[in-house]
Amino acid sequence: MTRSGVSVRFDDVFKAFDDTVVLAGVSLTVEPGEIFALLGPSGSGKTTMLRLLAGFEQLDRGRLLIADEAVEHLPPARRGVGMLFQSYALFPHLSVAENVAFGLKVRGGAQGETEARVAEMLELVRLSGFEQRRIAELSGGQQQRVALARALAPRPRVLLLDEPLSNLDPALREETRADLRRTVKQTGITTVLVTHEQEEAFELGERIGLLNEGGLEQVGGPAELYRDPASRFVATFVGRCSVLAGVVKERHGGDELTVRIESQPEAPAWRCRSSDELAVNDRVDVCVRPESVSLETDEGSGLSGEIEAERFTGSNSFYTVRLSAGPTVEVAMPGTGAGLRGACVVRQLAGELPAAFAAAPESDP
Amino acid sequence: MSAAGAGRKAPQLRSLMPWLVLAFLVWLVGYPLLVVAAEAFGIGSPGGGGPTTEAFQSFFTRADEWNAMWRTLWISVLSTLAAAAIGVPLGFLFERNEIPGRRLLGALVALPVALPPLVGVIAFLFLYGESGLAARGLQSLGLDVSWRLTGAWAILLVHAYSMYVYFYLFTRAGLSGQDGAAIEAAQSLGASRSQILFRVTLPRLRPALAGATLLTFMTSLGSFSAPYIFGGGFRVMTTQIVASKLNGELRMAYVETTMLALLAFASLLLLRKIDPGLDLASGARGTPPARRRLHTRGARVGAAAGGWILAGVLLLPHATLILMSLVPPNTWTVEAFPPVLGLVNYGDLLSSTERLRPALNSIWMAAAATLAAVVVGVMAARLSLRRGGLPGRALEAMMTLPWAIPGTVFALALAAAMSVNAPWVGRFVLVGTLWILPLAYLVRSLPLTGRSIFAGLRQLDPRLEEAAASLGAGALRTVVQIVLPLLRPAVIAGAGLAFITMLGDFVTSIVLYTYDTRPISIEIQSSLRIQETGIAAAYGVLLMVLSAAAFIAWDDRAGGRL
Repeated sequence: MTRSGVSVRFDDVFKAFDDTVVLAGVSLTVEPGEIFALLGPSGSGKTTMLRLLAGFEQLDRGRLLIADEAVEHLPPARRGVGMLFQSYALFPHLSVAENVAFGLKVRGGAQGETEARVAEMLELVRLSGFEQRRIAELSGGQQQRVALARALAPRPRVLLLDEPLSNLDPALREETRADLRRTVKQTGITTVLVTHEQEEAFELGERIGLLNEGGLEQVGGPAELYRDPASRFVATFVGRCSVLAGVVKERHGGDELTVRIESQPEAPAWRCRSSDELAVNDRVDVCVRPESVSLETDEGSGLSGEIEAERFTGSNSFYTVRLSAGPTVEVAMPGTGAGLRGACVVRQLAGELPAAFAAAPESDP
Repeated sequence: MSAAGAGRKAPQLRSLMPWLVLAFLVWLVGYPLLVVAAEAFGIGSPGGGGPTTEAFQSFFTRADEWNAMWRTLWISVLSTLAAAAIGVPLGFLFERNEIPGRRLLGALVALPVALPPLVGVIAFLFLYGESGLAARGLQSLGLDVSWRLTGAWAILLVHAYSMYVYFYLFTRAGLSGQDGAAIEAAQSLGASRSQILFRVTLPRLRPALAGATLLTFMTSLGSFSAPYIFGGGFRVMTTQIVASKLNGELRMAYVETTMLALLAFASLLLLRKIDPGLDLASGARGTPPARRRLHTRGARVGAAAGGWILAGVLLLPHATLILMSLVPPNTWTVEAFPPVLGLVNYGDLLSSTERLRPALNSIWMAAAATLAAVVVGVMAARLSLRRGGLPGRALEAMMTLPWAIPGTVFALALAAAMSVNAPWVGRFVLVGTLWILPLAYLVRSLPLTGRSIFAGLRQLDPRLEEAAASLGAGALRTVVQIVLPLLRPAVIAGAGLAFITMLGDFVTSIVLYTYDTRPISIEIQSSLRIQETGIAAAYGVLLMVLSAAAFIAWDDRAGGRL
């Protein structure tokens, strides 16, 4: 079953709709057999990338290569790309088996081979026995699996998944996500996935490309994006993060530096890291992850503040702390909520270096 | 050829397709109108000399021309008012009251919409004409009555009878879409029944009434059968055009055609300006108010009796037509009721190839035009909705245009454009050939199939076509295996309506038919002229049966969308 995948390359791809630039010279390589997730907010250009690759949109400039072959001039039918649509786009007038067989019959496959492949695909998505069902008789999760089987049946070179779980209810989503990853990995096909949900991208994608306003902000593995964000946008879009304004106090070797938090200059300075070119006294934004700080209710050194709210999620409690003369910071405390109240101090955990970025120029009032 | 090279040709052809289909539609729909307008100015007609406004000057100075224009307008206004006066109360009666037999009666009352106008007109003639069944019946009772069903009032009567259905159907549709909670809210605020009617129900019915008004007015403006049969010396624009053509005043016929087209356009724009809200689905949707139940037995019996009498009156002309078709030739002279009834006329009709020919002509020409209109409609709708842009909007406009233009105008326009052999300017001699009438039917079918197919395709998820393409299906396979099966109800609804309309067409046929392509409507007219009323009635019944059969069959397959 496992097949070696092919590479996919976007080379300086540019696309605009009327006067709106959707992709401004994006370059990206997806490795053979990789599951690559395109993550980003609405309007960031991720769906356009997918539709360009599928051939449903024509690019304005640049190149698109599948297995090192330029495909930008090929119609969708000749690109060897299978697609799982957000709405599934199953043909309602055909049965489950007829849907799965559609791409095989188009290619003129012999009846016996087609039937065998349909059976193989339905077994892969655990829908054997559903061959004669009508699409309307299936649940949302089953429809999603039929759509996946249909996309995979003609043995495409690349599989495209457009928000594949967004039509499922939350309870079903988690189970289906694991199922989807298992099935796709089993085929070994190069897969490009589009999603606006970080959790989905992290769980399905081996690497993730984070898009913003038509450009790639960062490409990397989930841990890299989370721990080592390349920009303030990445830091705030991926995972939870509180932003504190600061000033560079001292530079160390490599990318480490010490930052004084602006609202509480008398508090101990924070050790941070940054890939930006920064000098002493430069203003920076420090992105603080909830789990990289601790909260103490006793007197001590740290950023002083007042607990404003507690949110209990089962495995953690999240406290929102209003810093004295400053913004709020979110702090994660493992275990059940301790019902902390009142004054507190927020401290940086040892070994955790929050990311700092050159502060954005202040906008005019 | 490399894969990339082959791939480059496909997008080029794809981007050209909307323009090719648009060019065909412009040639078929827009070009003849331009030709007729040009020829009215003496441009392009063989040996016609230079451009001149002579014919227009003549039109504006001749009283009979002005009269025809003015009569067309006021007949249309009065027909609309009369149709509304019958259709709106009927719509309220059947939608808001629970009367015995409501569903069956409600359907019977809507029946005239499925029947060709010419059938309704001759049915009226046989019932209410000078020597019709009604006059003979009254005379047999010793009443010294006589009348002539002719002139403006006769036309108005026939119009009101055949067009009230638009108001009836639109009113019912509008009422069924209203939210009963609005009425309950008005009641809770202390509004009386009349206040609720005038302040809640009728204002919210406005889009439906505006739609019916537009449809009725435009139909009346282009009406030909009633003015032709009952008009006598009372000419409206459509009959004036045909008369001018028959008298050999071709240039004047073209001027009249141009003026009627302009009048239709102006009316359409004005009516849309007065009330652009033609969408029946406006406002919040909810459960319509419960129908009023009649509590006393007397009220229920009275309502049922009233309903059946009403349906009887409305269906009486068609019953008369059936009766007349059973009267053998020369057997009914002075009696009140035909003394002999039989199937002689049907025997004549079915046993003679020459007699059967018009029926076969009508069937094949309507079927061919409908099929072509479906093909063009599907292509235009796909290209228009999937590609959009300027060609997309132009395609939809070209498909809709024939709806706004009276059939007589198109008939004359095609007669003008397709009677000259000049292929380099897109003109061919088709008049007098087998092709002109199916082509004219095609033009008139386009808005009927187009409207339905555009609506159907708008509801179809475009991702389905993309899914087929991503699975390797080409455009043709995608259309045949995915789009058409899913569009089937919309295609059948549009095609059914087009087929029925063209089966009974009279207005374009009378201008463009040849002896070999004469359809049923022309044969009815010929039979009436030589006093073969029984044969004319039998043809009318045949048309009625064919239309009703097509209506029922298609309505069933289209899931009740007709």
